[in-house]
Amino acid sequence: MTTTLKYADVEVGTKLPALTVPIQRLTLIKYAGASGDFNIIHWNERFATSVGLPNVIAHGMFTMASAIRVVTDWVGDPGAVVEYGVRFTRPVPVPDDGVGALLEISGEVTELLDARRVRVTLTAASAGQTVLGKAQAVVQLA
Amino acid sequence: MALNPDFIGRTYPSSQPYLVGREKIREFASAICDFNPVYHDLAAAQELGYPDLVAPPTFAFTFVFASSTVVIMDPDLGLDYTKVVHGEESFVYSRPVVAGDELVVTNTIENIRAAAGNDMITVKSSVSTTSGELVVVTTMVIVARGTDSQ
Repeated sequence: MTTTLKYADVEVGTKLPALTVPIQRLTLIKYAGASGDFNIIHWNERFATSVGLPNVIAHGMFTMASAIRVVTDWVGDPGAVVEYGVRFTRPVPVPDDGVGALLEISGEVTELLDARRVRVTLTAASAGQTVLGKAQAVVQLA
Repeated sequence: MALNPDFIGRTYPSSQPYLVGREKIREFASAICDFNPVYHDLAAAQELGYPDLVAPPTFAFTFVFASSTVVIMDPDLGLDYTKVVHGEESFVYSRPVVAGDELVVTNTIENIRAAAGNDMITVKSSVSTTSGELVVVTTMVIVARGTDSQ
């Protein structure tokens, strides 16, 4: 693990640079192929709506992968992430309307831990509603 | 019918080794729109002290989930796969996954509990190299909707 970000330089309340991730149907198809998750609700609108979903929805693990980018972009070395967890609280519908969905991610240092580690709490929202709960990472700083 | 709590603590046989490929890491990182050089450029990864390309933090879920079908599809557990949704996911890393790793996954049912008419199953997956080095432990909570009302 090699990050130049110093523990001494952050405090509770330090905000990480925010990130906006556009999601279109093609994004989901690429993620399905790369991850091996071909669940029909992530690419077939007819099926998704037949099981009561508002539309095709993004893979929860795509949202989880996107949210931690706020941390890895901040520290540079992804090896600085020592713990990461989320709850999937709400689906992200991705309409086939040429626009898709926008995922808005922000992060903030919420706790200083031992051994130069910090806890970062992440917020992920789409269409004004949070989609992850208890999204937290423990990050090793220099 | 609620799931049988006797399955709590059951550990399933380890998966076959999964060989982490450099191009698979690049494909996965591109699919999450993440162009951090350590996921794509060997020299950038080596500059940070890694032997090969680094996998993004959630990459391990791809093969961990594939291995967890041994639990989800266990006919004795009786989970209805069509009613399953992913409730929670977490990772505790000893080090990042890197290209060239040969990883085996061992799945254990850590908990089964009923909440609001659903069954919630916690599966803990230990990911180690074939030589026994622990790399990451993942915990997945899956929710089987409405199993109480059947």
